Order: sequence, then C-alpha cells, then structure tokens
Amino acid sequence: MEIILNGKTVDVAEGLSIADLVAQKKLNPQVVIVEYNYQLANKDSWPDIKLRSGDRLEILHLVGGG
Amino acid sequence: MSFYEVYRRFKDFDFTFFFNQLTDSDILRAIGKSRLSELDYLALLSPRAENYLEEMAQKAHHLTVQHFGKVILLYTPLYLANYCVNSCVYCGFRVKNDIERKILSFEELEAEARVIAGTGLKHILILTGESRKHSPVAYIKECVGILRKYFTSIGIEVYPLDEEEYAELISAGVDGLTIYQEVYDEDVYLEVHPAGPKRNYRFRLDAPERACRAGIRSVNLGALLGLHEWRSEAFFTGLHANYLQNRYPDVEVSMSPPRMRPHAGGTAPRVVVSDKNLVQYILAFRLFMPRGGITISTREGPELREHLIKLGATKMSAGSCTAVGGRTGAEKSTGQFDISDERDVAAMTRVIYSHGYQPVFKDWQSI
Amino acid sequence: MSDPLVIGGRELTSRLFLGTGKFASNRLIPGAVQASGAQVVTVALRRVDPDFPEENIVNFVPEGCILMPNTSGARNAREAVRIARLGRAAGCGNWVKIEIITDNRYLLPDNFETIKATEELAAEGFVVLPYVSPDLMVARKLAEAGAAAVMPLGAPIGSNRGLKMKEMIRILIEEISLPVIVDAGIGRPSQAAEAMEMGAAAVLVNTAIATAGDPVAMARAFALAVEAGRTAFLSGPGEVQQYARASSPLTGFLRDE
Ligand code: SF4
Repeated sequence: MEIILNGKTVDVAEGLSIADLVAQKKLNPQVVIVEYNYQLANKDSWPDIKLRSGDRLEILHLVGGG
Repeated sequence: MSFYEVYRRFKDFDFTFFFNQLTDSDILRAIGKSRLSELDYLALLSPRAENYLEEMAQKAHHLTVQHFGKVILLYTPLYLANYCVNSCVYCGFRVKNDIERKILSFEELEAEARVIAGTGLKHILILTGESRKHSPVAYIKECVGILRKYFTSIGIEVYPLDEEEYAELISAGVDGLTIYQEVYDEDVYLEVHPAGPKRNYRFRLDAPERACRAGIRSVNLGALLGLHEWRSEAFFTGLHANYLQNRYPDVEVSMSPPRMRPHAGGTAPRVVVSDKNLVQYILAFRLFMPRGGITISTREGPELREHLIKLGATKMSAGSCTAVGGRTGAEKSTGQFDISDERDVAAMTRVIYSHGYQPVFKDWQSI
Repeated sequence: MSDPLVIGGRELTSRLFLGTGKFASNRLIPGAVQASGAQVVTVALRRVDPDFPEENIVNFVPEGCILMPNTSGARNAREAVRIARLGRAAGCGNWVKIEIITDNRYLLPDNFETIKATEELAAEGFVVLPYVSPDLMVARKLAEAGAAAVMPLGAPIGSNRGLKMKEMIRILIEEISLPVIVDAGIGRPSQAAEAMEMGAAAVLVNTAIATAGDPVAMARAFALAVEAGRTAFLSGPGEVQQYARASSPLTGFLRDE
C-alpha cells in the first residue's frame, strides 16, 4: 500500500505501525518526531498506530539553523 | 495595567537622597541624551539642575521648534456652570463657598459662543464643576452640539467620567480632555479633597486613560503647583504623560503646569513655586517628552508667558474668563480663580507675532 | 556587575545568541558555543532523509543551553505554529523563534503573519521571539500579542551587511519595553558592538561565525564585542555637548527670588 512519507509516495507493507517504520528506516527513535496526518504523534502511540493507505507521515528531526 | 502601578513604583522613592547624590556630569549627560530615562528626567528636576537652566533652555527651544515649528495654538476656556459638590481646599467653586451658582442656558451659551467666535478662536475648552445633578453629561453633550457650529475643536474639563460617557461626548464632537490630577501624592490628595466624589483618587487618575480608550484625540494632564513638593509632582506628571503616550501612540498628550492663584475664600499655597521653578519644570518636561504639548494658561502673567513661548510652550489661552457667563455679562458671577494675563485675543496675536511666532487659531477640523 | 537579561523568566548572563546553521561540520559547534558563551542556541526542524541520515544536532550543543528552534520553512502563521509545536515535541523546551518568510529574493520576514503566530503561540505558553522587519507598530502589536522579545533584522539574512536598519532599530529600543535582539545581518564583531552600544538587549549571530575561517576564534571575538558594547551602553557614553552656555539669552529674565 502507498503512503506519503515526507512528501514522497512510498510503498510499505500492510499493517505496519509507526514504530515499525521508524525501526525499518534505521532512525533513532530518541531524536525523531512524527507527525501523523498533520497531528503530532507522541512516541507512546507509535506501536499502536497502524498505517493505512493514503496516510501522510512526516518524520522530522533537529538540524543546525539560525 | 493602570498608571497607578507606575505611581506605586515611585511612591516611596527617596527623592531627597536621589537629588543629593547627583553630580554635575549626571545633569549634563541627561541634557545631552536624545532619549531621557525616567530618572534622567528627575535629575533635570533636581535643585542641582538649576545651574544648567540655560543649557536646558537651548535644547528645549531647539526641540520645540523642531517638532512643533514656531507656532502657538490659542484657545479659550468657557465656563458652563459652577455648581460643585466637592470641597477642594484650593478652589473658589467648592461646595461650602457661598458664591452665586449659575449654569448657562443654551441661549446664553450661544451668545457666549458668538462673542468668542467673533475673536477668531476655533479651539474652545468648556468647564463645569462637579455636579451630576446640575451639569449632567446630557447637558454637556447638548452644549457640545451648540458649540460645534462655532468651533472646530472642543475640549472638556469636567468631572471624571466613565469610558462610555467619554465615548458619548466624543461622538457628540468632543476631541480633547483636560483633567488635572491636582496632586499625585495620594496622601496629600486625600487631605486637600476632604469630601465629595473627588476623594476617589484612582477614578480621577485613570480618567485620561479611559478617555484614550474611548478614542479621544488629545489629553492634557497636570498637577496643581502649590499643593505639594513641586519636583516630585512634576516628575509624576511627566511619567503619567509618558505612560499614556506609550500606550496610546495616536493620542496627543500634553501637560499644563498650573500654579495656584488667588481665589474667593482662598487658602494660600502650601508650597511656593517660583518662576524659576516653573521654567525648570517646563524645560525638563520638554527634554523628557520632545513631542509633548505644553499648555500655559492665563494664570501666568504677561511677561513670563512671553518668555515661555521660546522655552517649550505650544498652546496658550487668551481672552480668558473664569466666571460663568462672564463674556456676555448676562449675570455677574464669581470666577474660579483670578487670571493674571488679561490681554484679549487680538493683543495676544500681536504679541506672539512680535516674537517671530505664528498664532494658530485652528489646528485641524474633523470631517 | 550583574546585568542579566531576563527572557521568559530565565536569567541570561550572555547577550550573544548563536545560530547553528551553515557550519562546515557539526563538530565545530561545541567549540563555537563554548567560545561564544552563548546560552541560547538556535536550531531548525527538518524532514529526515532516510537515505542520508544526519547526526543529531542536539548532541553538539553543550548541556544547559536553551535550544530555540526556529520556524524556518513556514510561509504563514499556521505553518509556524505547527512547526513550533513539533519543535517542542522534539525536546526543545518552550522557546521558539518565529521566522515566516515568503520572499525568496531577500528572505524578508512577513510581519503580519508573524504577529498572528506570536499571538497564538504565546497563548499556548511558548516563549516567543519573533524575527521581524523593524517597524514600530509591528513591535507594539507583538508586545500586545505576548512576545517575549522582538528580533528585528539588521540587514537581510546572511548578507553580513551590518546594521543597515539602525535608525529603525533605535526607535524600537527607545519605544518598546521588550528586549530588542538584533538578528540577521551582523557580519562583524564591530557591528555587534555597535548594536549593543545602542541599547540592543542581545544579538543573534550565525553566518558570520559559522563561515569564518576559524569559527571558534570568531565566536570569541563576538563575545568580547557584545560585552564591550553592552558595557559601553551601561556606562552612559558622554554625549556630545551641543548646548553651550550662551550669554543666557533664553533664561536671562529669571532673577533669583
Ligand atoms: S476644583 Fe473642581 S471639583 Fe474642586 S471644588 Fe473646584 S470646581 Fe469643584
């Protein structure tokens, strides 16, 4: 199924949770934050949110900036 | 937020100590600054600053010309009524004073207005004592309606009103409010206002701000000089003006430095404020508030008033009369106080021109 | 002498804020922060690129600094509010620098949208430091909206052109009671000193330090300049005497009574 991750359409397995996706992408769960369909998803909820086709996901982190 | 909070900050301030530790270079630095702090202003009100009046005068003159040009706006007061329920110890209209009480009828008002308009003046300041019974807001409003036909700017100097009442008078055509706190020191305030609604210090203190909120165009503040130590009173007046100017940048804020004058059943001033003191106050205020208006009434004598033209004054009264109906002599009544510059508008006009300034009768007109 | 800058209830002893963008390597950041003495350090929020994972910037900022995310990338108030909330969730505390830019040529901020975002975020309990073009009416509205400081630009972002907006910033410093922090445009320590001497509460510097030949040394130079400017401001510079005592032409009439 397709979801939109950071603005790009990507193919992911059915039933994948946010926690699974973060792990799959080898991201450090301590430093990234996730916005699920424009709503902030806090870490505790990641295993429970099962992705559905068409979902919009933003995974963000802090970088240098002025 | 209210100016009362600013007042409270300085209520127990040790003025004497502050004045004593000032050095000459503190004064010079304050004079040289383009933006004075509250304490710079206070430094210029200090006894030590008296040695630098000429330097202050040079800068005050320069700032006034820069921001206002060489013009003096002329206005005249018009007393509507002298009924009053208050007991201000310094005023000839106070309730216990056995004077003839009078309120102008609308016909009399129209006659007075015609006489004043005949002199060319377009700015008028109407006054009443505090009597919601004899001179209620509705009466004042009606008077404003009549005066609009003759004048382009109408100021009120009446008892403090609430915000809705100010809004009502503004919509009727009032554009200016003059309200003197009389004395900022809260304790002295209660002493000299022994009875009547005027004892309410806060209600009076916040009146100009209520008018600003109601959309007034200009406010004029003042402490009556002679009731209490003038340096601290001048300081609070300046802070009050500055407070309002900061919060209501679209309002024209000005101050008057009225000195106590003899009046019927008079009490003597508690503190003597000399010409030199008065000049120092005006100069310090100008340096503190380069764009603030300074209004000089006919309480001051002719010679001093002429000198003040160059020292920061922006507005002066002329052809004044402090009695109700005094111009048409419909009925003779006692004035609120004795005036000391009796020159009429034509004479003041000549005098102002002779100093190289232009007398202005009409500053603006609402359309 | 103790002369703390208080913002959002925090007492800061350093008046130099440091941006962490544009450093050749994140490894230069700890040294630069240390040398600058900065206690407020700005960061940005970006999408993770899973194919090119970056190191976490937070690891390079010394412990104890206030991390202030900016809302760069926001084009309107709504986006800025969204980014601010995400920044807080990312562990940045409740400080935020609002930066809303729709102009890609000069990168000038949108003051109007910035006011809207400030209002909303201040109401949510953020310590809001809006980055704006210096304008008095805007600064007043920001103060009303609950901003903790105002950050006018000295010159367009990254231009290193110094205090081009000096007169306008001076007016802000004189007229509003919030701390005025000059952000953007400061290219040299002397310009930082100039801003501080004029009464700015602090300066935010990024490009000039990040892109210096030796960022750590430059950070120290800025720290010294900020301190010099602040000290000069506090010591009340001797004003040029313009009003000499003439032969008393204006006050000669006053006789001693
Ligand atoms: S000063 Fe005003 S309130 Fe006081 S007695 Fe005179 S008219 Fe009345």
